[in-house]
Amino acid sequence: MSSPHLTQTNSVSEIMLKVLLALVPAIAANVWFFGPAVLVTLSLASVTALVLETVMLKLRGRPVVPFLMDGSALLTAWLLALSIPPMGPWWLIVTGTAFAIVIAKHLYGGLGSNPFNPAMVGYAVLIISFPVQMTQWLAPASIALSHIDFAAQLDYMFFHVLPQGMQLDALTSATPLDTLKTQLHLDKPISAILSLPIYGEVGGKGGEWVAGAYLAGGLYLLQQRIISWHVPAAFIAAICLTAGAFHLFDPAHHASPWLHLAAGATMIGAFFILTDPVTGPTTPKGKLIFAFGAGFLTYLIRVYGSYPDGAAFAVLLMNICVPLIDAYTQPPVFGKKK
Amino acid sequence: MKLLHRFNGGIHPPQHKTESTRLPILSAPIPEKLVIPLHQHIGTSAKPLVAAGDAVLKGQMIGKAEGYVSSSVHAPTSGKITAIGYEPAPHPSGLRDLCITLEPDGLDAWIERHPLDYLNMDPSSLRNRLRDAGVVGLGGAVFPSFIKLNPGSGKKIKTLVLNGAECEPYITCDDMLMRERADEIIAGAKIMRFMLHAEEVLIGIEDNKPEAIAAMRAALKEAPFEVIPVPTIYPGGGAKQLIRVLTGIEVPAGERSTDLGVQCFNVATALSVYRAIAHGEPVLSRIVTITGAVNKPRNYEALIGTPIDVLIRLAAPVKDSDGAIMGGPMMGFELPSTCVPLVKATNCIIVKSATLFPPAPQPMPCIRCGKCAESCPADLQPQELYWFSKAGNFGKAQEYALFDCIECGCCSYVCPSHIPLVQFYRYAKSEIWAQEREKKASDLARIRHELRVDRMEREKREKAERLAQKSAQARTQMNSEEET
Amino acid sequence: MIDAILVMSGLALFLGGVLGYASIRFHVQGNVLVEKIDAILPQTQCAQCGFPGCRPYAEAIADGRAQINQCPPGGDANIRKLADLLGVEFKPLNAKHGAPKPKSVAFIDENTCIGCTLCIQACPVDAISGAPKQMHTIIAQECTGCGLCVAPCPVDCIGMIPVPESISTWKWKQPDYLMGVA
Ligand code: SF4
Ligand code: SF4
Repeated sequence: MSSPHLTQTNSVSEIMLKVLLALVPAIAANVWFFGPAVLVTLSLASVTALVLETVMLKLRGRPVVPFLMDGSALLTAWLLALSIPPMGPWWLIVTGTAFAIVIAKHLYGGLGSNPFNPAMVGYAVLIISFPVQMTQWLAPASIALSHIDFAAQLDYMFFHVLPQGMQLDALTSATPLDTLKTQLHLDKPISAILSLPIYGEVGGKGGEWVAGAYLAGGLYLLQQRIISWHVPAAFIAAICLTAGAFHLFDPAHHASPWLHLAAGATMIGAFFILTDPVTGPTTPKGKLIFAFGAGFLTYLIRVYGSYPDGAAFAVLLMNICVPLIDAYTQPPVFGKKK
Repeated sequence: MKLLHRFNGGIHPPQHKTESTRLPILSAPIPEKLVIPLHQHIGTSAKPLVAAGDAVLKGQMIGKAEGYVSSSVHAPTSGKITAIGYEPAPHPSGLRDLCITLEPDGLDAWIERHPLDYLNMDPSSLRNRLRDAGVVGLGGAVFPSFIKLNPGSGKKIKTLVLNGAECEPYITCDDMLMRERADEIIAGAKIMRFMLHAEEVLIGIEDNKPEAIAAMRAALKEAPFEVIPVPTIYPGGGAKQLIRVLTGIEVPAGERSTDLGVQCFNVATALSVYRAIAHGEPVLSRIVTITGAVNKPRNYEALIGTPIDVLIRLAAPVKDSDGAIMGGPMMGFELPSTCVPLVKATNCIIVKSATLFPPAPQPMPCIRCGKCAESCPADLQPQELYWFSKAGNFGKAQEYALFDCIECGCCSYVCPSHIPLVQFYRYAKSEIWAQEREKKASDLARIRHELRVDRMEREKREKAERLAQKSAQARTQMNSEEET
Repeated sequence: MIDAILVMSGLALFLGGVLGYASIRFHVQGNVLVEKIDAILPQTQCAQCGFPGCRPYAEAIADGRAQINQCPPGGDANIRKLADLLGVEFKPLNAKHGAPKPKSVAFIDENTCIGCTLCIQACPVDAISGAPKQMHTIIAQECTGCGLCVAPCPVDCIGMIPVPESISTWKWKQPDYLMGVA
């Protein structure tokens, strides 16, 4: 083979590993505020993903070890698991992961060829098919009406049984964004809604800390030059601008940009989901357009759509546009700039 | 302090330069046999002027430049021509090329030399001298220098750039040359400036060569010459990149820098210009770095045509050495055999070993991470080019500026999926060239076939007419005979 | 009811008119298509396709009298280009017409040649020089390698020699690897 005879040692596995590492603070925050059930969700999703990845690679006649080692299946599993309500039933997790790995990834050609973000496809399928289970979020430990221990949580996840006399409603609550939407429908003013116990300083109680942890992980990825600033910056800017405009225009019915930044999937989206290289544009300008569009759509779907959060759908919609964006944002080559 | 510009991308591979700069340049002994290829430059091959059995003197022209883009070839020492024929050439293909084999007689007897006083000569005769002296770009591109020293009528060259950047790892021949022969380089630069009427001469040297910078500064006292340390980054020594850094001008692919008022030469080329003009000495030898898996890495001044394995033996290769790269590790190629001659383009020989150059990691699918695009100094989108080249969609690859790629290899170097990107572009380019050659040949065949068809039709028509005429004549004759 | 029929037939008439106009206005000239096909054909003029040369074959393809897979020197690559141009399915080369061979040029054994000029008459591109009773030579740059001169030679002095790869025609190979396989 011809030159170069040197390559750097950096590999896909290393990149994926660093991304997984960057998720650790958010996982820790989740455990702290919502209990260790998150870890079970994560493990279950990981095992499902690895098993299915192996099966699919075998079926497609690809070498198993190097592709398993690339870590992309694990990353998909983690991102999906972190978007599913903690203490979701086991079949929910398995179905979502299976969809992500088998359909969204391998049937489209596997690593590098899938046009849609697998984790978000899994999420979208789940929320459309099982809206009830997908919106029952465990209430942060501090405000839950009652509390069950870890063993009882496992019982619920795997056998769908709760301790005697316990109601699921007592353990869960709608997400802050969901609450906001339903309460606004009841014509409650924003100020009254935001004083509900589920809200914290800027976002949801607990949730705002998780968002902060995603931010920290994202900054690490930026510092490691694994992601470029374009995507998170444009996404956050889009959310701020749209939410800010609506808020200025009609503060009684529109929450401030702060809430939109700290709640829902904004931070994980900005730093971990939209930054997926495979399903995003490659040109710097394209990245800006892509992420800005996703931010705008996220806000619209969040506020006017019928689903609690819009990030997943916004990402998938923008995924469709990627080839077009790439084709129209080719940067000028050396010597041909104006 | 001059304000420097920058180009996008670039990489910082491990340097490996100090190994070969510890010792001064050493003259390699005259080998038992010299094999001198007639095609050591860009353009048409030189035409042999000697026959087997001829005795030649050192510096005697043995191959004459043929056509405009061409350059001459000389006997590097005195001796006897033993053969003219096809010998293995230092080329990635391992194919043979027309070479002249010379058996040195050990006398090293010079042919008569004619120094020129360049200040009292017109540039055109100076250019002829350079062409006849076989002066070509010694940075590796081996383009005939006399052509680049012809600015063309009405063109104004503002800046002459001397390239002493030497950005590729392992290579140190220019570094050592600047340390040891700065005076002659500057003298050559003066001749070049005279020929181009350049306003300023900027000598770009990467800041990882403080000794060379100091030596060049010491050798040069007057304006408008200036030594400018440039940041160390690969491929900062590419002509286009260096021009960009020093002047801010970007020379687009397919355009000549002359048209933008800049011209760029390697420092070693400047030295051979000086030797050719001021001493009447053609290019007979060059400095070559022998490094890598050898015990005594250093720079040698070796005669053109010296077998490369002889040079490698001088440097004492280590036990597990295996094969060699000609050029640098980023753009050089693996020699199919080391039994090939040193040519004007050979700036470096890196002896390989499994420890120095472990086999490339296995490629994985492209994850569109864009690292390649970030590192591309030509501002291309390597991942798209790869896709099109691999699919054989060459038209699309050209649309995405395949031919603007300078084959620096940065993209392949950084790719976390270890995809042989630039290797795919080389393949695509050579396929496109082959298709163009075929197209030309088939166009020629079509024209010749059409001419032939026309000719045959004309001949048939003429024959028929002649026949008709004859029979008409015969008839009238018959008629008249009947009448009588 | 009547209205509907009127509207529909009016529409049909109008659209038919538009289509008719378009087919006249934008008619791809037969010649243009033949040119395009001819540009793809390798111009070997070997007649293996069953037509007396590349152009007649191009005309036959344009008229639908010939298949696109009858040209051995062009090989599959050319068939693919033709399929693209004409918007039809790719078909592998029809073996009846021969197999693709490496590019060759004719070579005349000058000692045996009797100067009969039969080969000169056979060469479709006038790549053989010589006069009656004099030795003939192939102009290698102009020979398309069609081999048409081989059969007519009464003394069998013409051979086809494959063109060797040289440094100037050498090509980089496509990198060959299997993803993820060590
Ligand atoms: S660096 Fe490699 S993996 Fe990344 S976009 Fe370029 S080709 Fe694809
Ligand atoms: S080899 Fe070509 S595409 Fe790759 S980085 Fe260099 S110029 Fe860009």
